[in-house]
Amino acid sequence: MTEERREAERGQAAQEPDGDGRRGLRRGIEVQHRDKAPQGSREKVFELKELSVHYGDNPAVRGISMEVFKHNVTALIGPSGCGKSTLIRCLNRMNDLVPSARVEGELLYHGEDLYGSKVDPVQVRKMIGMVFQKPNPFPKSIYDNIAFGPRILNMQGDMDEIVEKALRRGALWEEVKDRLDANAYGLSGGQQQRLCIARCIAVEPDTILMDEPCSALDPISTGKIEDLITELKQDYSIVIVTHNMQQAARVSDMTAFLIVELTADEKNRWGEIVEYDETEKIFTNPSDRRTEDYVSGKVG
Amino acid sequence: MSYEAPRTRLATAGARSTTSAVLTDQPRGDVVRGRIFYALLLFGLSLALVGLALLLIDVFVDGSERFGVDLFTKLGSGFPENAGFQNAIFGTLWIIGGVILFCVPIGVGAAIYLEEYADGTRWWNRLIEVNIQNLAAVPSIVYGILGLAFIVRGPLNLGFIVLAGSLTLALLVLPTVIIAAREAIRAIPPSIREGSLALGATQWQTIRRQVLPASIPGIVTGVILAISRALGETAPLLLVGAATFVTFNPTSPFTDGYTALPVQIFNYFSRAQDEYLTLAAAGIIVMLVVLIAMNSFAIWLRNRYEQKW
Repeated sequence: MTEERREAERGQAAQEPDGDGRRGLRRGIEVQHRDKAPQGSREKVFELKELSVHYGDNPAVRGISMEVFKHNVTALIGPSGCGKSTLIRCLNRMNDLVPSARVEGELLYHGEDLYGSKVDPVQVRKMIGMVFQKPNPFPKSIYDNIAFGPRILNMQGDMDEIVEKALRRGALWEEVKDRLDANAYGLSGGQQQRLCIARCIAVEPDTILMDEPCSALDPISTGKIEDLITELKQDYSIVIVTHNMQQAARVSDMTAFLIVELTADEKNRWGEIVEYDETEKIFTNPSDRRTEDYVSGKVG
Repeated sequence: MSYEAPRTRLATAGARSTTSAVLTDQPRGDVVRGRIFYALLLFGLSLALVGLALLLIDVFVDGSERFGVDLFTKLGSGFPENAGFQNAIFGTLWIIGGVILFCVPIGVGAAIYLEEYADGTRWWNRLIEVNIQNLAAVPSIVYGILGLAFIVRGPLNLGFIVLAGSLTLALLVLPTVIIAAREAIRAIPPSIREGSLALGATQWQTIRRQVLPASIPGIVTGVILAISRALGETAPLLLVGAATFVTFNPTSPFTDGYTALPVQIFNYFSRAQDEYLTLAAAGIIVMLVVLIAMNSFAIWLRNRYEQKW
């Protein structure tokens, strides 16, 4: 589908009265997802075995077991507080920055234990990039935003070329090529987010994690980023957390649905995985009733 | 659903009348209290401004006839008509230069440790924090005694040299610099650090290339405050050697026998002849000029690095 057509369609969708969120979802599945059968290899990138995360004494997620495949887009969906962000932040050890966070269970990355005693979290983050919920460009020029990563990692090659390549991959080059020296804060929110994706690509990671990358963006910018994600999965494995079920349906190959579990006295709450399967199956023929209620909009 | 319609209409009407009541009927007391508070604020501000204006007018009336370029070119002298402040200006500049050299690296370093590395739940880190805040409130004469006992004499035994004055004043303003630098570092959004770390930067690279450059304006503001304070301090300097009446310029941090602007002014004020009183008033103007010049430079530096989030 061409970008113009897609944007036009999205613009139209945005104008429609937003009373029935399900309509968009249905169309998302029927029109856009049918032609995209799950593809890519079955080579495992991540293997999670009974992974649990606690903040102090409070559990955040418990007993997560799933596999993430190479060159797939894997979506994590679920209601607020189900630990999607906690889970994705484990995958590149960003949770190490929270002193009280404790990770149990096993997390294998290409068969290596990511939480092994000899693993350096800095090296982990070089290979597994991350894009955050709110665009977080550095307070520098567009050029320096991209060049920051390659510079600190001492990457070889012509910096101008590295920057151009990353911006082209991030679908931003045409919009910013004449003002690379301008401050990144002058870009729109959507451009800033694509800059952050390009910045992440510039250090040539193997996997990209995206924590609700579109939640602060308008529908048009969201569309551009979704197109970008679809394109990027040729080269990268992508894990994306999203609140937006249509988005999961549109971009992902595999979807994991998490819910919030409560203790009997409601003092503790944590996220658990309900179902993990091909996206098409999750949205059209889920095997768990809770998944069906959630994706059809009955709850949540 | 239809059976809810009358209830909905009723609710809408109720909400509208409540809204209109709220919008039009502000209690009289609230209006008056608001005005009184506003007036109090203006009063406080004008009190401060009037005080400052009176001080300046008084100084200018007393000192303007004596103020001139020659005050910057002449040295201290036993004859008031030949006396100037050049040696005091040089003394102050040497001292302040030393203060900046010592307290900026140490202060910023301490701030980085406390903000980026220290685990705030540990008792020793909390103890350090509380102590730094207390140190900022210790009277300056105490630092003077400390300087005399530990820097001029005692372990360091430097003697009454410019460097001793610098070190003493650096200790005095260090808490101010640390507190301001911590505020500046804390104001950098965590998302910037996360963005950097997520690219595979180490914690030090993140601090060195993202956090520190972004917090320069705040740090410079703190240094401006610290320098302004050090510039005006007299008491600790009197104890560590600046009391001597000198008629030559300091040439290095190790010059034995030096003076600083506030000390020189104090010195002139304590003499009997009227000419010296006029000279002291003119000296205050000289000091204001030096102060404004240094602060302007610092403000220019701050604005250069200013960043809006």
